[in-house]
Amino acid sequence: MADKDQPDDLERRRADLEKALAEKRPAKQDGGEGKTKGDMAGAAQALRLSSEFIAGVGVGAALGWFIDHFAGTSPWGLIIFLLLGFGAGVLNVLRSAGLVAEFGIRSSDDGRDPEKK
Amino acid sequence: MANDPIHQFQISKWIPIEVGGLDFSFTNSSAFMVATVVAAGAFLFLTTSSRGLVPGRLQSISEMSYEFVASMLRDSAGSHGMRFFPFVFSIFMFVLMANLLGLFPYFFTVTSHIIVTFALALLVIGTVVVYGFWKHGFGFLKLFVPQGVPGVVVPLVVLIEIVSFLSRPVSLSVRLFANMLAGHITLKVFAGFVTSMSALGAAGVAGAVLPLIMTVAITGLEFLVAFMQAYVFAVLTCMYLNDAVHPGH
Repeated sequence: MADKDQPDDLERRRADLEKALAEKRPAKQDGGEGKTKGDMAGAAQALRLSSEFIAGVGVGAALGWFIDHFAGTSPWGLIIFLLLGFGAGVLNVLRSAGLVAEFGIRSSDDGRDPEKK
Repeated sequence: MANDPIHQFQISKWIPIEVGGLDFSFTNSSAFMVATVVAAGAFLFLTTSSRGLVPGRLQSISEMSYEFVASMLRDSAGSHGMRFFPFVFSIFMFVLMANLLGLFPYFFTVTSHIIVTFALALLVIGTVVVYGFWKHGFGFLKLFVPQGVPGVVVPLVVLIEIVSFLSRPVSLSVRLFANMLAGHITLKVFAGFVTSMSALGAAGVAGAVLPLIMTVAITGLEFLVAFMQAYVFAVLTCMYLNDAVHPGH
């Protein structure tokens, strides 16, 4: 009797343990990972936004200046491309903040893998 | 010189080489690039050479860096983008190792020179452009034409998109370079306060504790920045490669 009872008991206790662990595991992992990921991604994004905008304006101004330099249209190229660069900078910031679709129109799960389509 | 925060970024020629009037000298920068590649390669090779089925501590660091980059690339560029894995992994390891090596006192920080980071960014964008045109032909140019835009404003939008695309290598390289440069200068300035204050006598030594604490704290922060910048560089590389793999649908 005791020999038969013991494995059953062990099985039951193991099942209980599995259940208890399964309840704890995802919650703990989600909490831990979500926090570190959020911190990393948030700080990384903060660093991105400022440089994206400056790069947009800078590249626009540089392009305009080069066009002026070679086409002799000074100062119109600089003026127009500085404005375009400002637009591009704003676009860069919005895009890296995820408020505007990436290059081309693409939703988050569409376009991941064209092979599958 | 001891208190000059810029001195650490000076390039010095170790072995002068000149070919056809061009300067190909082996500088301290080149030496640390070689050291970076050797350190990254040796680390990955030595830690994985035991090929343990159950990884040891060092082996799991290698495996984690692999998994990290692999999942990053798969998430942003899909499984089709995985053909760029060696490229992205090399860039990630190079930037990370260069940033970390730069944190050693008296070591030269390769990534604190914009020409190095700009060359890396041009390599990324060059890969995107070449692969995009090779794979999709002129369809790659659809990247610059968003769908659903009224015909009248298309030329304006295309121009803005082109400027935005051209600004990518600039923002990519400036971000990495500026972070490393600013961090190292801050560190050096605060460390300089410690020596110049403690030269003022007992009160100075007592006061020098504050910048010393700052120096220690900023060193910790710099480790974070070193990882973060390598991570950001690799993530953006993945996103740009995604444009080459799937230009606008």
